[in-house]
Amino acid sequence: MNRRDFGWLAIAALTIAGTAQAQTPGQTPGQTQAQTPAPTPTQTWAEVESAAKGQTVYFHAWGGDPKINDFIAWVGEQAQSRYGVSIEHVKLAATSDAVARVVAEQAAGQSEGGAVDLIWINGENFAAMKAEGLLHGPFATNLPNWPLVDVAGKPAVTTDFTLPTEGYESPWAMAQLVFEYDSVRVPAPPVSLTLLQDWIVAHPGRFTYPQPPDYLGTTFLKQVLYGVIADPAVLQTAVDEASYEATVAPLWTFLDTIHPALWRAARAFPANEPAMGQLLADAEIDIAFALNPGRASAEITAGTLADTTRTFVLDGGTIGNASFVAIPFNASHKEGALVVANLLLDPAVQARAQDPAVLGFQTVLNPAALSPEATAAFAALQLGVATLSPADLGPTLLEPHASWMTRISTDWITRYGVVQ
Amino acid sequence: MRLRAGLLRQVPRVTVLLLTLPVLAGLAGTLIPAANPAALRALANWPGLEGAVRLSLVSGIASTLLALMLSLGLVAALLEHRSFGRVQALLSPLLSVPHAAAALGLAFLIAPSGWIARMLSPWATGWTTPPDLLILNDPMGLALIVGLTAKEMPFLLLMILAALPQVDANRRLTLAASLGYGRIAGFGLTVLPALYPLIRLPIYAVLAYAMTSVEMAMILGPSLPPGLSVQITQWMTDPSLAHRGTAAAAALLQLVLVIATLALWHGAERLIRRALRRQAARGRRAVPLDLLRRPLITLSVVLAAALFAGLAGLSLWSVAGLWPFPDLLPDWTLTTWTRVAPDLLTTTGTTLTLALLSTGAALGLVLSSLEAEHRYRLSPGAGAMALLYLPLIMPQVAFLPGLQIAALRLGAMEGVLAVASAHLIFVLPYVYLSLAAPYRAFDPRIALQATALGAGPARIFWTLRLPMLLSAVLTAAAVGVAVSVGQYLPSLLIGGGRVETLTTEAIALSSGGNRRIVGAYALLQMLLPALGFALAIGLPRLVFRHRRGMLPA
Repeated sequence: MNRRDFGWLAIAALTIAGTAQAQTPGQTPGQTQAQTPAPTPTQTWAEVESAAKGQTVYFHAWGGDPKINDFIAWVGEQAQSRYGVSIEHVKLAATSDAVARVVAEQAAGQSEGGAVDLIWINGENFAAMKAEGLLHGPFATNLPNWPLVDVAGKPAVTTDFTLPTEGYESPWAMAQLVFEYDSVRVPAPPVSLTLLQDWIVAHPGRFTYPQPPDYLGTTFLKQVLYGVIADPAVLQTAVDEASYEATVAPLWTFLDTIHPALWRAARAFPANEPAMGQLLADAEIDIAFALNPGRASAEITAGTLADTTRTFVLDGGTIGNASFVAIPFNASHKEGALVVANLLLDPAVQARAQDPAVLGFQTVLNPAALSPEATAAFAALQLGVATLSPADLGPTLLEPHASWMTRISTDWITRYGVVQ
Repeated sequence: MRLRAGLLRQVPRVTVLLLTLPVLAGLAGTLIPAANPAALRALANWPGLEGAVRLSLVSGIASTLLALMLSLGLVAALLEHRSFGRVQALLSPLLSVPHAAAALGLAFLIAPSGWIARMLSPWATGWTTPPDLLILNDPMGLALIVGLTAKEMPFLLLMILAALPQVDANRRLTLAASLGYGRIAGFGLTVLPALYPLIRLPIYAVLAYAMTSVEMAMILGPSLPPGLSVQITQWMTDPSLAHRGTAAAAALLQLVLVIATLALWHGAERLIRRALRRQAARGRRAVPLDLLRRPLITLSVVLAAALFAGLAGLSLWSVAGLWPFPDLLPDWTLTTWTRVAPDLLTTTGTTLTLALLSTGAALGLVLSSLEAEHRYRLSPGAGAMALLYLPLIMPQVAFLPGLQIAALRLGAMEGVLAVASAHLIFVLPYVYLSLAAPYRAFDPRIALQATALGAGPARIFWTLRLPMLLSAVLTAAAVGVAVSVGQYLPSLLIGGGRVETLTTEAIALSSGGNRRIVGAYALLQMLLPALGFALAIGLPRLVFRHRRGMLPA
């Protein structure tokens, strides 16, 4: 047994132990048995590449943003010319559509030849798939480009909503919450939570957030939670029932204060990030936010947002996380999927994703680990007119444990989800 | 010959069998997870339950009632009128508009930052930024009711137009008029009693659809709480997979609600029939009722115009760059179109193939079933009808996982054939309910004459029945094509994402609510079914250009 084999086995063993702990009470223990064993551990990367040649990778990824779709098409061209792998982007309305497909295949006993080869995933979808044994791996840390990933500087690349990824998903983009505003209508942006609260109350109808359980809406709630609770460290562990009510009470106080002054007096909410972005573009609101520091610049370049739009972050930092790709346990083209996951970590691909004219996604790579040419490619990127420099972006706050997201969005629905 | 006759006799049974497995699998996929105390408890504990149920009931019943009254009113007011042909020609593009596109268009029209507000700002309103008014997503669901009414009215109108030739409406109206009845009263007392049974099934489909539709409710309806159908979708697509049981329980509740509402509607039909009879016996001519003609026509025209204006707005968005409030027109750019253009040919081809395969199969099955029914005096049992209707009234998002698992178990191929078969489940009921009533209303004396002259049943079918029903058959086919083109979840789930259609692309892109992209795809999505409807209306005119009596009124 060579060292790599041992690595695979050790990670697999750890994962099985980890998932056993992470199981919710409703699950039967038998389900962990379905966790895929480490894949063909004897395969070297050269063998992976040669097996991948000629494969078509069905990449299931949210298709709601034309910029991202264009980027995936470009990655497909790269994969074709460099490795002879073609990418078929299956455009989803929701990531859970792909998860549902894999769930159905598992229920039907289809343990190979599945429809999904690669899936853009993070957070709860990942936690669910990992817990149900629906993922292939671990694979991420064995990718040739893995040493370039900034594991030390960007802890979110190996910890997805506090859940260790354990190599079952590979990061490809960093996200951080930034607020967007029109500098003509808002001359002095409110750069702390208290200032934001005062601004909202002073400008009725000009702020809102996507309705939980929407991902971005819940992220806003978590950002507020970070700012109002006494000890943010509790967010890194699962919700503690005994202290929960007292811990989150300031969050509800905050919301009770701003709700009467929200857009439509909080009697309606936008559905998601694009819907809120449209409200900003339509001037129905003055301040919006996004989980992508480069979104505003990219939209300005695309001519869909006024060029007076700028961004800001809150004192003390904003929530950040990473986007990942994962491979289902029964993927038909695992080798091709591995090649694409590795390609997504390629410095040239990462630099293109960070280009504000393309996506404006921040890289997951460590600048110090890059070759001089790669460093130059990143240095040559324009920041984008509305994008903050890394220094101005301030500290990144870690995503709270996934149970917080579930719990506060459920409670939000109980408190505010039914208009009286 | 004997063999073929034996085959035909079996077609209704085969059709039912073909539907049984997928429908039962889908039903099991819904019911088994629902039959779980924890799921039922979770549903009962959801604070929005009462509001969601009320919203589904109110918006479903109100919009169906409005759409029915307006379309009947329009027919009563305009039948025999010169402009009637034009109404028909205008209908076809409206019919084929995808629900999501219609809703987004309407939303852009009436929102505080929408087109109407832009037209009046700032010169008349003084608004330099949009006012904070709750027009869309209002808690009462008024915007949703308007949207559903505007979208369903053209469908009901088309169904009425397809059925009219069977009831000899013009002569009934002439008779009523000669006895001094007002136009609307004459229509209600002489045409409606014969017409209504022919359009009953389409009305039930509209009612079921309005109660369960997701896209329109998501864009126009309230969200605090949303309607039951929207909430089911949200639970079903919850990333933690933890709410699928609750979704299934809610889907079961929705099924019960729809059935109860259909029963209620059926009861109301009886009451109205009795009232009409009493009215007829009283002999009151009710001429003043005709004062309603103008408001009825105006309201229908306003609704149709709103739909058109909304769609025009969406089309503009497809070539829009920056379009800030209160600009009436955008900066122009072709970016959106150059973006969608590359994949267009293949996806359009796939979409068309699926539509033709599923509609062709459905037409074949429905026509042979109806013919077998007629020749062998069979009548469809209640069970068969329920089976036919289940796919229409079950929420797709809860119904499809069961179907998908069954397809995978059977080792079903992915690919175009599998997806076309899944489409067939949803296309078949619509084709059946568009065609059944006109088919059965075919005047038996014509067939009797032909038999007396020595024609066999096959010859009667091919040379008399089919040509005389051409208009109804083509309409049913156009409806089938529109239904197939509109399928999102079946295409995605059964195709495993490997069969790309205009709609899978459009819905994925519109999950971002991006008006530019939605505008581009909506235009394309309209084009295919519009072609179908244009054929349905135009072809009979071409075929019967020397026999005007064969054309609908």
